[in-house]
Amino acid sequence: MAIEGADLIKAAAFLGAGIAMGLGAIGPGVGEGFVGGKACEAIGKKPEEAGLLTRTMLVGQAVSESTGIYSLVVALLLLFVV
Amino acid sequence: MLYDVEMVVKLASFAGAGMCIGLGAIGAALGEGYTAGLANEALSNKPEKAGDIMKNMLVGQAIAESAAIFALVIAILLLFLEIPSVSYLKASALIGAGICMGLGAIGSGIGSGLPGGEACLGLARQPAVSNKLMTNMLIGSAVCQTPAIFSMVVSLMLVFMDFSNQPLTPTWAALIGAGISTGFAAIGSGYGGGLAAGASCESIARNPETFGAVTTTMLVGQAVSQTPSIFGLLVSFILMFKAFPESASLGPAMALMGAGISMGFGGIGPGIGNGLTAQGAVKWVARNVEASGELMRTMLVGQAVSQSTAIYAMVVSLVLVFVI
Repeated sequence: MAIEGADLIKAAAFLGAGIAMGLGAIGPGVGEGFVGGKACEAIGKKPEEAGLLTRTMLVGQAVSESTGIYSLVVALLLLFVV
Repeated sequence: MLYDVEMVVKLASFAGAGMCIGLGAIGAALGEGYTAGLANEALSNKPEKAGDIMKNMLVGQAIAESAAIFALVIAILLLFLEIPSVSYLKASALIGAGICMGLGAIGSGIGSGLPGGEACLGLARQPAVSNKLMTNMLIGSAVCQTPAIFSMVVSLMLVFMDFSNQPLTPTWAALIGAGISTGFAAIGSGYGGGLAAGASCESIARNPETFGAVTTTMLVGQAVSQTPSIFGLLVSFILMFKAFPESASLGPAMALMGAGISMGFGGIGPGIGNGLTAQGAVKWVARNVEASGELMRTMLVGQAVSQSTAIYAMVVSLVLVFVI
């Protein structure tokens, strides 16, 4: 089968999109879960501060999420723009 | 091609068998080692309970071992099974089956070892609640095995399904992608479920009256931890059952393999993360049972956010399969 340059680029872009999103999702997943676990521990210690702790947890997770969103953006760019 | 079809299929099944049991042995060995390590620690605390601790250790290790046994079964199947219809497509299906079961056994093996070890330590701390500890350990480590069972299902389907009426390109990449998707996604879910189960065994030994609340929180947390591996299973099924139009170019094939890689790797992080959240919640349900409602709510919110990256990965996979 004859593979042309343009086809090779498309193929690499599709594979790259999968790798970008796949590997990129590992870090945020673990990081956000860690935040959630620590927030649960803190709420267990001080249930009366649950509102503050939940808010802090969500802000921390949102920041950790950003790298996952970068991966998603790069994956979508590779799929539809490149 | 220089090689004939039969030789390629043989090569694929031997390479698949090697990867299957090679990778599949990692998790169970680590998990059982952890159980034995904590059992020794427990023994030095309470040598007079040696019989109970030993029994508990062996039961815990036996469950962790089952992940490696699944891998052994698939490896032996790949070595000795007579493949009825040989084709290049079957060769890629057999490689996919080996990768899937090998990777899929890692997380469950490590994960199942964690409750076993914590239950041994718990026995030394609270010998009176040995029944509750054993029950909790068995439930927790059984749930940890589900990702390995998903992997075994996908492997068996790849080995036995007949793909002969599908076009070679791009289906070969879809079948390897199917193996990668469930195999990698199972690592996170297996380990994550183990984190929750280990924390619950430790918690029951600390505060046996909270058995009900702790087990409920553990099961909810583990169920959420399993979702990334269910996403992986879903993507595998789509890749195995959808008929793809024949195409000589490389693009569609790489898109399908990319779909498997995206969902497979993407499932690892959220699976472990959900487990970490559940671990924190379960620990503190035992220490402060009045706050269990609040803890369950926070756990679910935290896990939902952690889950989002697995959902991104699934979206990218589905785009690669259906849109490209």
